Order: sequence, then C-alpha cells, then structure tokens
Amino acid sequence: MELTEDQLHRYSRHIILPEVGGKGQKKILNAKVFIVGAGGLGCPVGYYLAAAGVGTIGMIDNDTVELSNLQRQIAHSTKKIGVHKVDSAKETFESLNPDVKVIGIKDRISKDNIKDLIKDYDIVVDGSDNFPTRYLVNDACVMLKKPLVSGAILRFEGQVTTILPGEGHCYRCLFEEMPPPGLVPSCQEAGVLGAITGVVGALQATEVLKLILGKGDVLKNMLLIYDALKVNFRRVKVPKNPDCPVCSDNPTITELQDYDAGYCRI
Amino acid sequence: MEDVRIDKKINIKGLICPYTFVKSKIAIEDMEVGEVLEILLDYEEASRSIPKSMEDHGHKVLKVEKINDTDWIIQVRKEKE
Ligand SMILES: [Zn+2]
Repeated sequence: MELTEDQLHRYSRHIILPEVGGKGQKKILNAKVFIVGAGGLGCPVGYYLAAAGVGTIGMIDNDTVELSNLQRQIAHSTKKIGVHKVDSAKETFESLNPDVKVIGIKDRISKDNIKDLIKDYDIVVDGSDNFPTRYLVNDACVMLKKPLVSGAILRFEGQVTTILPGEGHCYRCLFEEMPPPGLVPSCQEAGVLGAITGVVGALQATEVLKLILGKGDVLKNMLLIYDALKVNFRRVKVPKNPDCPVCSDNPTITELQDYDAGYCRI
Repeated sequence: MEDVRIDKKINIKGLICPYTFVKSKIAIEDMEVGEVLEILLDYEEASRSIPKSMEDHGHKVLKVEKINDTDWIIQVRKEKE
C-alpha cells in the first residue's frame, strides 16, 4: 500500500516524526481498534484515533444521545439528540477522515457477545462508565490476550492504565473485586468536569497509537492518576498479582460473568 | 569529492516545507541501508532543513550543492532503517 498525495498531506505532521514516518502511518492505517462506549471517553478516543487515521474503529454503545451528554461527549451535537450514539459518532469520525471505517454496534456488551466482538481487533479501549463493564472487558481481554487501554473519570479525577495480557498487570491485579454498589458514588455524587474526559481520552488514544507504532513506554504495570484541581499527574506502580483471579497462572475466573446493575453510571 | 553512485533520484521542485521533507523521507524509507538518495529542489529553506532533519534521523548527508540560480541538489546515504 502506498500513501496517496492526500494522505501525505493529511498525515504530514505524523510522517515527519522520526518515531512514525510513512511506515508508522501505514501501521496506523492498517490498525483495528475496538472502543467500548461512545460516551465521555469513547468520543475523544475515537475522535483522535480517527484523526490519526486508524483504519478500522469498532464501537459499541446501546444509548441514544441526550442533552445532558453534550457537556462532554464531543462527537455528538445538539441536532443528534435521540440518535444512536454509535451512528452519531460514526458520522462525525468518518466525515473528519474518509480513511476511517467505523463499525458501530447498537447493543450492550455482555459475556455472551464480547469475545466475538473484540476477537478481530488489535487493541481494545475501555471507555465504559460502570464497574461491571470494566471488569467484563478486563477479563475478556486477558482471556483473549488483547491489549487493553482502560480509562476512568470522576469529578475532577481521571485514571488511565494499559493492560498487556501475559506481560503486565490486569485490572483485577489492581482491584481484585468490584467495589460493592454502596461504596461507589451515587448518581448525584457522580458529577464530572467535561474537559477531564478529554484529558483522559487523549491519554488513552496516545497509549493506543504508541502500541500500534511500537514506540515509547506505555502504562504497563502502572496506573496514571490525574487530579485536575491540584494539577497533578501521579504514576502508581501496579505489580502483577501472582494470585490474580484472572491473569495468574492458576486463575479462579475462567469464564466470563455478567454482573448485575445496582451501580450508578457515570 | 569522489563520485557516488545514486540509487534513487526525486524531484521536489515546487514543494515547500514540510512537504519537501515528507517526500524525501518517504523516498528514503523505501530504500535499503547504504543506498544514496539524490533530491532536486528549489525551496531555499529546505536546502538547509532537509540535511539537518536527515541527520537527526540518523542518515549521512553527502552533498548539498546549489546547481543554478534556483535549484539545489542534496545527496543522502541511508544509514539505518
Ligand atoms: Zn491480573
């Protein structure tokens, strides 16, 4: 595959980077990334990956655009209220960059569909807004050995970590079990400053691009915590847990499970 | 200066930065280590910036020469992938 004249222009600021070049840009164009959620994190992640030229972007979300989403979910717009989020995001991303094909899935992710959904993708991004999905995505990625870039946001804080199954930690090495619903912030407590989703989503997109290019370090065995009020980024070491219930040599979780709701979606 | 064997020539007259370097970089990426690329250009700033960028990328600049009122040639040997 040769880059076209338009592509040389579109991606010129990538191509002139020593770490990217024409070869790296072709890797990006050939990459397939699956994003869980077309909301606060899925929007900026998908937006930057589309701009970067990631050739195939899969997205799953069952929701339609609501007015209250627009304070942070930047792929959508006022005239898209009531439209499925994956349709709205597909239109936004494909009009930004015709090199990108967005495959939108209007469904809830579950133990029954997740493996089929992610199996043909190179990298998975978790932009989900609830703990049950986060654990499900982690467990499925560990079982299928898919690199996973996980992000989370709440109020003025964000977290990002990159899970490379077989090499580093997983989400359960960090938090073995889901917190009980009572300990998770209730819906009234779960506000978020919209711009935080952009910070975390852009960090996730950057991790994905480095994985595609094979350049630089990623947040393997590490959790990055951003505190917007204190303007502080902190990296916390997360060792792989030799007794982890899912990624250790003798896992106790060998089948996916769906966890019941009772959690507030942030 | 001894004559070097040129393995590939590109003409990027009419282009300005950064496309002068984009085209040069794409050309050298497709070559083998040790091969020499000759670039013909007419954008003065690039006659300075391309050699610098090529060296930053680890390649060896063999020659930068103004050949007439408007044009330069640059010869670069690919030193690494
Ligand atoms: Zn683990």
